[in-house]
Amino acid sequence: MDTTLRITSARDGSSFVASIEKISGQKLLACYQCGKCSAGCPMAAHMDVLPNQMIRMAQLGMQKQLLATRSIWMCVSCLTCNSRCPKGIKIAEVFEALRRTALRAGQRDDHLKIMELTPEARSVLPPIATISAMRKLTS
Amino acid sequence: MGNENKPMKLAYYPGCTLKNQATNFDVSTVSSMAKLDVEVEELDRWNCCGTVHALDSDNVMNRVAPITNMIRVKEAQARTEGMASEFMTGCAMCYNTLKRANIDVKSRSDALETINNFLSLEKTKYEGDVEVLHLLEYLRDRVGFDNLAKKVTKPLKGLRVACYYGCLLLRPKEVAFDDVENPTIMENLIRALGATPVEFSHKAECCGAHLTVGKPEVIADRTDKIMGSAHEERADLVVVSCPLCAFNLDFRQDDAKRLNPDFHNMPVLYFTQLMALAFGCDKPALRFDLQHIDPLPVLKARGLD
Repeated sequence: MDTTLRITSARDGSSFVASIEKISGQKLLACYQCGKCSAGCPMAAHMDVLPNQMIRMAQLGMQKQLLATRSIWMCVSCLTCNSRCPKGIKIAEVFEALRRTALRAGQRDDHLKIMELTPEARSVLPPIATISAMRKLTS
Repeated sequence: MGNENKPMKLAYYPGCTLKNQATNFDVSTVSSMAKLDVEVEELDRWNCCGTVHALDSDNVMNRVAPITNMIRVKEAQARTEGMASEFMTGCAMCYNTLKRANIDVKSRSDALETINNFLSLEKTKYEGDVEVLHLLEYLRDRVGFDNLAKKVTKPLKGLRVACYYGCLLLRPKEVAFDDVENPTIMENLIRALGATPVEFSHKAECCGAHLTVGKPEVIADRTDKIMGSAHEERADLVVVSCPLCAFNLDFRQDDAKRLNPDFHNMPVLYFTQLMALAFGCDKPALRFDLQHIDPLPVLKARGLD
């Protein structure tokens, strides 16, 4: 066998990793996959990829897959993961960085079309709901 | 409780929803504080806090709205005798957003400078010299629950109350004024009012927050679990400090019932409404008519209507 295995720090997604680390202010490699974030996440049941898996994918720079997850739009920044992470990683900040990346760049991928709600649905909503939803889900 | 004869003056930030759907939270807060001899003065020209603290580290823009309110507090303080450089809000979301922005600019002079530049038309500059207080911590630390108990004219005897904290009173720990995992401040208040606090598993679990706008089916599931855990412990009602939690746990009960036919409807009140009730405030200070699930049958059953 003359296969050469080259181990290098240069990866395709490394600029994406750097950008997520910068926007979130977190060191992704601090995560050792204990899973505590996913265990306590109240929204995990509604996610397609669990929070600890999201962090692993972020370490690996899997930009396309991450930005296509349902999970980034299901996280509501309740910060339970942050307060329980034994490594002090602010997982919710990483999710925010991913959401912002989807909202800031390219097609400005809004995940709430407020005008598509029925007038009845809109009329009962308090401002605290609409303002927070627009802050979190629209560009 | 401060000076014996003079009522204390406290700047008050109600927030948008307390001036719309949640006027029951607003009027019960102001009326209860009057009974406690605290003169609450609503800030002049307060503006929306933005509801959520932006978690992206390079976001200074979303701090501008909260910091503008700090300037309003300084203005109020400058023209009001006996007012400290602090203000109180009852809304958990406003509290969290205002407090976090304040902590942020106190530790980042560059961000504060950028914000002051944005606000260059303001006569007053913000220098990180205002303190943000939540009503619950004000009641515990300044008024004292023992003193508060003395003002109770109608003890809420026999009423079983589940205190729901949600997220924003507790997390992150820099803004928490109680234990992050097992808070007790609301239970202690409820006890001072003569009621019986009920422990339940979901008291600090998120209600799903803003997903209520586009994904009410997700909130139905959260409401089913949270209210269900309070029902399991035989609570009569749930109290909250957040108008978004209140909306999700109260108004989305119809959706929860559709999701789970065994779901048991239960009233959701603001903790200030129970205070006003225990202090003997009149009906206009309670506004139970704004609740989606009517609390009167439960209160009547306990002889508290």
